Amino acid sequence: MKHASLFGLIAALGATTALAEVVAPTKVMFDEGVVAASLTGVAGDAAEGRKVFANRKQGNCLACHANSDLSEESFHGEVAPMLDGVADRWNEAELRGIVANAKMTFEDTMMPAFYIDSGYVRPLEGFDGQSILTAQQVEDVVAYLMTLKEE
Amino acid sequence: MRTTFSIATALILAAGTGLAQDSNSLSIEGEPMVTEVAAPAHMENVDTIYSGWRFRSQETQALETDDFENPAMVFVDKGIDLFDKVEGSEGKACSSCHEDVADFAGLRTTLPRVEDGELVTMENLVNECRTERMGAEPWKWSGGQMTAVTALIGLQSRGMPVNVAIDGEAAPFWEKGKELYYTKVGQLQMACSNCHEDNYGVMIRADHLSQGQINGFPTYRLKNAKLNSAHGRFKGCMKNIRATPYKEGGEEFLALELYLASRGQGLSVETPSVRN
Ligand code: HEC
Ligand code: HEC
Repeated sequence: MKHASLFGLIAALGATTALAEVVAPTKVMFDEGVVAASLTGVAGDAAEGRKVFANRKQGNCLACHANSDLSEESFHGEVAPMLDGVADRWNEAELRGIVANAKMTFEDTMMPAFYIDSGYVRPLEGFDGQSILTAQQVEDVVAYLMTLKEE
Repeated sequence: MRTTFSIATALILAAGTGLAQDSNSLSIEGEPMVTEVAAPAHMENVDTIYSGWRFRSQETQALETDDFENPAMVFVDKGIDLFDKVEGSEGKACSSCHEDVADFAGLRTTLPRVEDGELVTMENLVNECRTERMGAEPWKWSGGQMTAVTALIGLQSRGMPVNVAIDGEAAPFWEKGKELYYTKVGQLQMACSNCHEDNYGVMIRADHLSQGQINGFPTYRLKNAKLNSAHGRFKGCMKNIRATPYKEGGEEFLALELYLASRGQGLSVETPSVRN
């Protein structure tokens, strides 16, 4: 009996991890651009997100957006709005939507959709069927953006 | 108070960094070049067109003003040797038929153009002479021999205004090029227009975006220290947005070349230009 309940507990834990399964790029639920639910169920790591934001092979968000919090990085882009204080303008669910697929929020924007994996025209070999960022990287970037507050 | 301050800072930033093209004027070997002119009527979203020279640093700009400083000229000299070199089954060199390369003045301004229903550009004309009239092997589209000779021939039109035909038989090719220009491609889902029409004049990370004009090709790039064909540049831009490039010399890039040339109507040919 004791054993049985222990197994029951383990089974329940297993179920929790199963619930936290990664949402596939095609399964992300957008409501007017907003994505309410975490893509992974694992809290985003802001420090990791900061790295993804700057990394030229990952988010490379700095290519287009300037961001004073990353003043140690040279060359901030001027193509898009500066992201200082972005968390004062958008909440977490809205930011998740913008990072996952900005085209759902801003019609015809130049900002790439970072969490889609299909619909590409002539993707370079090796990138077809791949999202630019992983689900956890999206969560990490969103956690980082949530730290960019001015007020 | 704080708001006033940040608005003022934003204005200063905009004035400092938002400088699109500079106001420098270009003379090469004392000859003035047109680097700015009213956009042709077919361009709906741009009023004024600018040579890529206007977006480069002063150091890079200076290299193009003087042929002794221009690193591309070493390659043009190689082009002169190749022009005189006998090759192929017919025992001929380019100069056997084209006595004076200066007779090619004006050719660059009109290319690409339609010949016998096909869109052709400088590289096609050169290879047609090699295979049809010299009995020689064609050169690789962006290879060192081809770019040396296309730079030499293009140089003969330096200072003359770009003037490609886009109507008549050229129209369908031009339309196709236009479509490619505005098509979002690659994993990053971007079109040429996103960078070179919507955002010229601003920085994209470390790069100062120009209008992506092709009036200076082949171009010497400090980055790879050689002459680069226009199609090679298109390929590079496509790879940067993680798109599979079209084939150099293929129908898509030829159409794109015609469309881009037409977006530069009236700019001086600057071949061979210097860029970073
Ligand atoms: C190629 C350019 C480009 C890249 C790369 C890019 N963005 Fe954007 N982004 C834009 C543009 C342009 C807008 C403005 C929306 C529009 O198109 O009107 C924008 C808007 C935003 C906004 C809303 C800004 C506001 O202040 O309202 C956020 C947040 C954002 N981007 C985050 C990111 C993050 C995070 C990344 C990287 C993971 C990123 N962007 C990468 C171009 C880009
Ligand atoms: C993500 C941004 C981006 C996109 C999209 C892009 N380019 Fe570029 N392109 C650049 C940058 C950066 C440079 C180097 C600086 C400059 O001249 O603008 C460049 C340079 C060029 C040049 C050289 C200009 C000169 O003066 O020497 C040409 C031509 C060009 N691009 C054509 C294209 C074409 C054609 C496409 C679409 C197939 C394209 N580009 C798409 C960023 C881009």
